[in-house]
Amino acid sequence: MQWISQVVFALILIAAIYFFSRNVGKIRRNILLGRDEDRSDNKPQRWRNMLRVAFGQSKMAARPIPFILHFIVYAGFILINIEVLEIILDGLFGTHRILSFMGPIYDVAIGFFEILGLGVLIACVLFLTRRFISRIPRFHKPEMAGWPTRDATIILISEIVLMTALLIMNGADQALQMLGNPHYIDAGANPVSGLYAGWMHGTFSEGQLIFIERACWWFHIIGILLFLNFLPYSKHFHIILAFPNTYYADLTPKGRFANIESVTNEVKMMLGLPDVDTNAPPPESFGAKDVQDLTWKNLMDAYSCTECGRCTSVCPANLTGKVLSPRKIMMDTRDRLEEVGKEMDSGVQPTEEKNLHSYISKEELWACTSCNACAEACPININPLNIIVQMRQYLVMEKSEAPNELNMMFNNIENNGAPWQFPASDRDAWANQV
Amino acid sequence: MSEPVHVPTVAEFAQRGETPEVLFWVGCAGSFDERAQKVTKAMVKILNHVGISYAILGKEESCSGDPAKRAGNEFLYQMQAMNNIAILNGYGIKKIITTCPHCFNTLKNEYPQMGGNYDVVHHSSYLQELIDSGKLTVEGGSFKGRKITYHDSCYLGRANNIYEAPRRVLEALDGELVELKRCRANGLCCGAGGAQVFKESESGDKEINVERAEEALSTGAGVIASNCPFCMTMLRDGVKHFNKEDDVEVLDLAELVSKANDL
Repeated sequence: MQWISQVVFALILIAAIYFFSRNVGKIRRNILLGRDEDRSDNKPQRWRNMLRVAFGQSKMAARPIPFILHFIVYAGFILINIEVLEIILDGLFGTHRILSFMGPIYDVAIGFFEILGLGVLIACVLFLTRRFISRIPRFHKPEMAGWPTRDATIILISEIVLMTALLIMNGADQALQMLGNPHYIDAGANPVSGLYAGWMHGTFSEGQLIFIERACWWFHIIGILLFLNFLPYSKHFHIILAFPNTYYADLTPKGRFANIESVTNEVKMMLGLPDVDTNAPPPESFGAKDVQDLTWKNLMDAYSCTECGRCTSVCPANLTGKVLSPRKIMMDTRDRLEEVGKEMDSGVQPTEEKNLHSYISKEELWACTSCNACAEACPININPLNIIVQMRQYLVMEKSEAPNELNMMFNNIENNGAPWQFPASDRDAWANQV
Repeated sequence: MSEPVHVPTVAEFAQRGETPEVLFWVGCAGSFDERAQKVTKAMVKILNHVGISYAILGKEESCSGDPAKRAGNEFLYQMQAMNNIAILNGYGIKKIITTCPHCFNTLKNEYPQMGGNYDVVHHSSYLQELIDSGKLTVEGGSFKGRKITYHDSCYLGRANNIYEAPRRVLEALDGELVELKRCRANGLCCGAGGAQVFKESESGDKEINVERAEEALSTGAGVIASNCPFCMTMLRDGVKHFNKEDDVEVLDLAELVSKANDL
């Protein structure tokens, strides 16, 4: 009989890993649809940033309460996964608590995981409370209606359920240890489940306890594998992409906007400068019409976003009631990219009329003050402003659809060398009155 | 008042076969905007006072291209950048001081991509250097004991991580520096950046500058210190919105320093 459960376990595990890898592969492919951009420089600095910002969560600390709660869930995620490794080994080899040979180290580890597990459970309950009872405003902006809020709820409830299963499993295990069941060897410290193991010992029969323990074991591991496979569909994918996303984040000052090289050549031609590359092919288009025109890093940003809304909560445009929400820029970029990816998967001819601008309106794009508050606030260094500017470039250089006043400003700069309609000859008039 | 001051141009230096130690990049606002011109003049007085060899480009200066670039007009930006760089390189300019954080950011961070490499310094950092090195003293001036609040401009602050220099200058004035609720990296934009100042804002329930001015007025400070001609415009309009223009002054760091020195 034992071998059947081992085979079933192995099949479930293989299927889970297969589907997860396939979906991650699609996300990777989608990200690489973006324009090339070199982010291979200055590796030591990049490692430091990743360690500090992603691993060390340094930017989360700006808001202490969510920082503490998030840190517990994060530490729980990383450390309790060590126990998942044991569960997988037990499942494959038909063993029970295979790592318990480590003795006191094992006991301390299990005890620590229990405390963390309880911490995760409490943190997730508090997160739900913040979201739905305290109703923190950033969780209830228009872009959060529907799936994004359901997504968040699924994640929090899953974690609560998974941690509950883990703690009940340990309680039943300990009760069975008290009964002296030979299979349930004396292992692990149980600072949390020890509180109710005695009660379980007195309430359930040995058979019931074995059933509870096994049921929770299976529920926990299948739950975790399902959760793993939920990640690629969810904003929760940030738990993976936060690391590469901070590694590849821009290292230059936030005020520096990249040069468009293809424009440089065109401008040199217009100005009749000598060092023009006459063999360079004329540029296909300027700015971002669709997701493929953005850089791969912009697209990685979109998949990394966990929709926490810190960007939107500090955006001056959003704070004063404009439609622009930097979080929505990231969500729209991801949604559009997913759509493009699905079209590729199904072999459907992409529809000409639809692009990233079908998701993000001109009103949103022109409301941005380029103040960088969004990029500064992002705990994993996502840069919504960069996407906004590239989309503006498309509107201005391809469609000539800048607001009228901005067109006047452009004309003034071109004619007078200043954004206002003053004659260039008056530029130093002030100097006569010092 | 002191004697009329002659503001030298780089061309004058070139005629003598010389190059000024620093170029004062005035910027469009500093050249044309009536309020910002006062900041320009204050800066010139400070430069004269410390006796540094400086000059302006005069009529040869042109828009840095910042508003064009932020608004998505890369063509126009690059044309401006290329022309400006040709002039700056032609004169062999090494060091540039500017009173506008937008010009500062563009010249410092974006011109190198187009072949323009200069030591670009925003005047708040320059003023701090002058004070630290003892070339300029400001203590005990007319701002002693007065409540001053400071508005971080986005292009000096978040864009370039300069938070301390302007504060050091203000502390040197012996005033009482009261921080805004949203300051430093959390500073709230005045609403002008990204070419917003050249257009009507999108519809919403409040103007950004009103939101910011409200915050500044709530500190009870009699002076709002700024370091950017566009923030200056936005904050002044915000203060006027609350009819507080007689009680609360919006002053640039250069003005504060020059007033403290009776220049």
